Amino acid sequence: MRSRARGARLPRDLHPVAWYAWAIGLAAAASSTTNPLVLGLLLAVATLVVLARRSDQPWAASFRLYLWLALLVLVLRVVFRIVFGGTYPGTVLLDLPEVPLPDWVLGITLLGPLSLEGLMGGVYDGLRLATIIVCIGAANALANPKRLLRSVPPALHEVGTALVVAVSVLPQLADSVRRVRAAQQLRAGEERRVRGLRRVLVPVLEDALERSLALAAGMDARGYGRAPGQTRRERWTTGAFLLVGLGGICVGVYGVLDQTAPRVLAAPMLVLGLVAAVAGLASAGRRVQRSRYRPDPWRWPELAVVGSGIVAGAVGVWASRAQLAIAYPDLTRMPEISLALLLGVLVGALPALVAPEPRMVAA
Amino acid sequence: MIELRDICFRYAEGAPPVLDAVDLEIEEGELVLVSGPTGVGKSTLLGVVTGLVPRFSGGVLSGDVLLDGASVLHAAPRDRAHVVGYVGQDPAAGFVTDTVEEELAYGMEQLGLPPETMRRRVEETLDLLGIAALRDRDLRTLSGGQQQRVAIGAVLTMHPRLLVLDEPTSALDPTAAEEVLATLTRLVHDLGVSVLLAEHRLERVVPFADRMVVLDGSGSVRVGPTAELLETSPVVPPIVELGRLAGWHPLPLSVRDARRRARTLHLAAPEPRPQPVGRPGDVPLLGARSLTVVHGRTTALREVDLDLDGGCVTALMGRNGAGKSSLLWALQGSRKRRAGSVDVGGQDPARLEPADRRAAVGLLPQDAADLLYLETVAEECAAGGPETRAILASLVPDVPDDAHPRDLSEGQRLALALSLVLAARPRVLLLDEPTRGLDYAAKKVLAATLRRLAADGHAVLVATHDVEFVAQAADAVVVLAEGEVVSSGPAHRVLAESPSFAPQVAKVLGPPWLRVDEVATALESA
Repeated sequence: MRSRARGARLPRDLHPVAWYAWAIGLAAAASSTTNPLVLGLLLAVATLVVLARRSDQPWAASFRLYLWLALLVLVLRVVFRIVFGGTYPGTVLLDLPEVPLPDWVLGITLLGPLSLEGLMGGVYDGLRLATIIVCIGAANALANPKRLLRSVPPALHEVGTALVVAVSVLPQLADSVRRVRAAQQLRAGEERRVRGLRRVLVPVLEDALERSLALAAGMDARGYGRAPGQTRRERWTTGAFLLVGLGGICVGVYGVLDQTAPRVLAAPMLVLGLVAAVAGLASAGRRVQRSRYRPDPWRWPELAVVGSGIVAGAVGVWASRAQLAIAYPDLTRMPEISLALLLGVLVGALPALVAPEPRMVAA
Repeated sequence: MIELRDICFRYAEGAPPVLDAVDLEIEEGELVLVSGPTGVGKSTLLGVVTGLVPRFSGGVLSGDVLLDGASVLHAAPRDRAHVVGYVGQDPAAGFVTDTVEEELAYGMEQLGLPPETMRRRVEETLDLLGIAALRDRDLRTLSGGQQQRVAIGAVLTMHPRLLVLDEPTSALDPTAAEEVLATLTRLVHDLGVSVLLAEHRLERVVPFADRMVVLDGSGSVRVGPTAELLETSPVVPPIVELGRLAGWHPLPLSVRDARRRARTLHLAAPEPRPQPVGRPGDVPLLGARSLTVVHGRTTALREVDLDLDGGCVTALMGRNGAGKSSLLWALQGSRKRRAGSVDVGGQDPARLEPADRRAAVGLLPQDAADLLYLETVAEECAAGGPETRAILASLVPDVPDDAHPRDLSEGQRLALALSLVLAARPRVLLLDEPTRGLDYAAKKVLAATLRRLAADGHAVLVATHDVEFVAQAADAVVVLAEGEVVSSGPAHRVLAESPSFAPQVAKVLGPPWLRVDEVATALESA
């Protein structure tokens, strides 16, 4: 038993769903607080885990991009607060003039006196958004997003493949644009800006069209979308289940959100819809005769990683109700952190230890 | 095993037939070569076997396709996937996944094979094709030959009984092409897989083919043993041309056969070639000194020195990824260089505006279609400048004005792109892989064009894998490897020195013979 447990930690790729569940837990914790200490801690935890467990595959390098994106969001949020923030009571740092906009832009004023509280409010808010972005970025750096798409249930396999292909096409399109732009410099032609756009657009689109036709032909020739021996009756059952499921979920969500709707339409309808949808997917999945090559196993490190995410998220959500003053600190005072929150967030760092090391990949 | 019966195909009712009453039977474990000039329907014939025609091409198909006696005419390609494996012209365009291993497994996943079987077959196939070291590699980082072998592996894992390949070696350097062909022969011999392949470069595949299908453009096909059909085929490799010239029967198909025959051929030594290099004291039209280009962490070019003289066609050779394209773009000035200098008539093209750069150095890029963006030939010529139409007429006489550039034949489209480049009147002309997709006739026209441009005083540099084309067109050869010049000099010396770059005539007769027409002249004078 013990040796089996050890085997689970041999270098390998952790199941992508586990990484995404963990990241969503951290993001949930981040979204339920504006406390910069907690947010800072969450950022540190996410970064630590990424540094400890990312592989040397190309997608792992994307984490840096997310960090830059997060910084950009933070800065934009603060700038917006200064420009559109209006007057916020408190200690005035900088007395900027107010610029009232014409009447038809109802009640919006630009600039105005900048208070410390207003500025801090912007920083806290921006930091929260930035942390959520970094958490999702961590998941993308730790798990190949394409592998996640491939872990969809069999009934959704075709949609999953289509998405994977769509994702792969983007870098190719960028390549194609670069190539055509360089090539068009080699001949004379339309020099004006808008008309000249055609010089790049036409060859790139033609190229993209040809590529997608070649890809479609290639995939078809390799058996994509084989569905032999399906009866009319089976198709009808699947279709009916999926339709009822979709309708049920729509009505149910509406019922839950609209408090004035009859309660019968809320939770019961939602449950009915979900059950029907799952049955529909299962029925569709049964006829799909495809298998998975080397599926990612689900073993205890996966559970531990998901668990640590859930704990961090749950503690964050709990604190936003039970420890309101700590989760949403007063802007005028130094924020504080409670022991429960500190421990809860630190649990989120567990994957840095329990997750198996990434597989070495030949360059 | 698979049989085509009375297959007729046309793109629309009333249009001329592409395939007309074609009968073809492919046996277990044989390699069948489909050949003919460009645009006669080779790919269409392959498509009928895989089911991609008419499903992905449109058109009207009649007749029947039988698999072990049962009709599969109406079966979609996906429902033939377990029997017929198809690898398209550009293997990279057909890749669905990211890594080699996943790509090999993809087809088996679609067939729903059990995981243990998949695991075993992936390992077997990695070994069979010699790509085990590449298993985790990103597909986009592979070289052309590696991509081709992965694409073959990806269909082999489904254990098809017939492999259909569309021009598997046309984009490959001679060594990579030999590797791919060796792999195919091994599959045919060891596993009994049948192979149906279309190819322009007959000199590469003819020795391996059991039978041949020749399309001549009328829609009908001739099927028979390779040697018999080559007697009258409209497209033949140089070795067969040599055999026809010397009157050998049956025709030799491999260099080994031909060499044995050639012992009886007594040829007067050819007259020494004139030195193509310009008069002493002439300054080269283009001079590059210690040219260095770096992409990220790889050094694409390492301190390359190169002179291009007026009146001289230079061929740039080397395996895929050796830095040929980088060199051309760096000489043209668009690609940033890390160090070194380029001098064209006292100017550095990298410092010029695009319009002046075009007038200094012309470059025809690998994908000539990237240059074209208008709907008719006339519009393209009008946009290209006043002289474009006249230049086009001098290159290829009969290109219709109202045709869409995409509807032209490969050779005509290349000529159109070339005239757009030449319209700026550059003295130096660079061409990147212009022979891709051209048949022997179109290559001959291109070689004559380049010779004429050189005679007008242009300096021409042409990057290519095609040794036979180099033998026809080039005065000098520069060979690149890993971004460095490893050999350069007169074509007859460099080509004869290297076993992988030697054209067939040189392999058969030994240096200094390079081309069939030289032998013809020698025979006439004898």
